Amino acid sequence: MNKDQLILGIETSCDETAVAIIKNGREIAANVVASQIESHKRFGGVVPEIASRHHVEQITLVLEEALQQAKVTMAEITAIAVTEGPGLVGALLIGVNAAKALAFAYQKPLVPVHHIAGHIYANRLVTELKFPLLALVVSGGHTELVYMREHGHFEVIGETRDDAAGEAYDKVARTLNMPYPGGPHIDRLAHEGKPTIDLPRAWLEEGSYDFSFSGLKSAVINTVHNAEQRGEIIAPEDLAASFQASVIDVLVKKTADAVKEYGVKQLLVAGGVAANKGLRTALEEAFSGAEVELVIPPMSLCTDNAAMIAAAGSVMFEKGIRADWSLNAKPGLDIEMYNHADLS
Amino acid sequence: MTILAIDTSNNPLGIALLEKDQVIGEYITNLKKNHSIRIMPAIQTLMADCERSPAELTKIVVAKGPGSYTGVRIGVTIAKTLAWSLHIPLVGVSSLAVLAAATARHFEGYVSPLFDARRGQVYTGLYQFKHGKLTAVEQDQLVMAVDWAPKLANMDQPVLFVGNDLLLHRTTFEDRLGQRAIFASPTEQNPRPSELAWLGKDRKGEDIHTFVPNYIRLAEAEAKWLEKQNKIFNG
Ligand SMILES: [Zn+2]
Repeated sequence: MNKDQLILGIETSCDETAVAIIKNGREIAANVVASQIESHKRFGGVVPEIASRHHVEQITLVLEEALQQAKVTMAEITAIAVTEGPGLVGALLIGVNAAKALAFAYQKPLVPVHHIAGHIYANRLVTELKFPLLALVVSGGHTELVYMREHGHFEVIGETRDDAAGEAYDKVARTLNMPYPGGPHIDRLAHEGKPTIDLPRAWLEEGSYDFSFSGLKSAVINTVHNAEQRGEIIAPEDLAASFQASVIDVLVKKTADAVKEYGVKQLLVAGGVAANKGLRTALEEAFSGAEVELVIPPMSLCTDNAAMIAAAGSVMFEKGIRADWSLNAKPGLDIEMYNHADLS
Repeated sequence: MTILAIDTSNNPLGIALLEKDQVIGEYITNLKKNHSIRIMPAIQTLMADCERSPAELTKIVVAKGPGSYTGVRIGVTIAKTLAWSLHIPLVGVSSLAVLAAATARHFEGYVSPLFDARRGQVYTGLYQFKHGKLTAVEQDQLVMAVDWAPKLANMDQPVLFVGNDLLLHRTTFEDRLGQRAIFASPTEQNPRPSELAWLGKDRKGEDIHTFVPNYIRLAEAEAKWLEKQNKIFNG
């Protein structure tokens, strides 16, 4: 059989309603994202109930647009892949139930996908993965170093003990009175300033690949408050630059250590914060001329999308991972769960 | 013609298959269990037992609320996706109308179906059969039970109350309506999915893409935001 494998992916874990169709695991046939960001801006962050309501409004529209973009019919789809977690439970439920209804209507296999596995597999839409590899995952909810010895096998070797990097960005942005979401604003501002303010870097114990950003966040808030009390003015661009330098120093150094210790062939960057220009530049500098191949997906594949879910779903489908009709949203899903899945 | 009806808007989970004038299958549970886990297996089992395939479905009828926000969304999402993907019409019916239908059919008077909405509030409406059709006398609303009772006490006919949450509010209605308050029996408290299918049977399909639940209430964050805007606007 020479038939193309067509995976339809659905992602609704936070505030993007997304559907994509991926051909043979690597080729984007359709990638549709309906963002709710404008709706949540006025609340200064994502409101779960409102996110869930928007997903219901968008879901069939986005499905239809994806099929039209790919010029395929439901009958031609090989399998349906959907984010089952982690994420906002009410938001995840819309994607999961739409996926189940779709799979039921056309009697197609249903493949559950971990959101972070999706972020990592966004890289496979850029280039073929080479194992062993290391993935640096940085997003609003996650900061992790994931080691992969083969397709579908994930080992978390380091993760944040408190705030995710993206969370710290948003909180610092709020301290500097910037609109939500703050990450891109800090990134832009940082390029206009100089890292002149001394801020802490949390290295944690020797040999640990874990992260911690809550101390840094508090230090930024304290710096601003102390300056206010003394009637001094701190240039926000310098503060942003100093904050960004601290985050990037820790991310790059720990990643470089892990790359060396694990002797990986590839370093993948994944997650919304991978869209950050400062981080991209620092990684490119740190790994230029290195043996390891550095892969950073284009911005559109770093933020939440369904192409990445379908890309991961393609591999999981080949591995025989299936969900039955009782598939549920799992807001705290562990990525290492897939390593123990029955692959017979 | 094979209609699939889906109701996950409150604790009862209900599905039914209706063909012409026959209910060929119906499934109801009244449990505090996760609808997301149980609804698709229930649909799969009922359809397999009735030897019907998804491709044979000609219409989807869904209970569109009011009720639990999450519960309503699960049913509506499945209904929308099934109707859209199978290219068949989608009809939404008030969850309160479904609850009122069975008892209202042979009752001379008004029916007030209700779901508890916490802090003394109920989701309710007022229904009556007129010329063989279930009609809303008062539209679905969120109201304090203590405000709803005096309103009903002024009606010209007795009122029948129905719903699994009746126990919580029964005395409030008895106090105001006395003998004119009638309460449904335990066997009538679950909304019947076959009634849902029946109510949607002859209705025209709605626009699937824009179809949303009837939450009645704004999301809390939205309500607070609007309140703040009004304050700013009106000084
Ligand atoms: Zn994400």
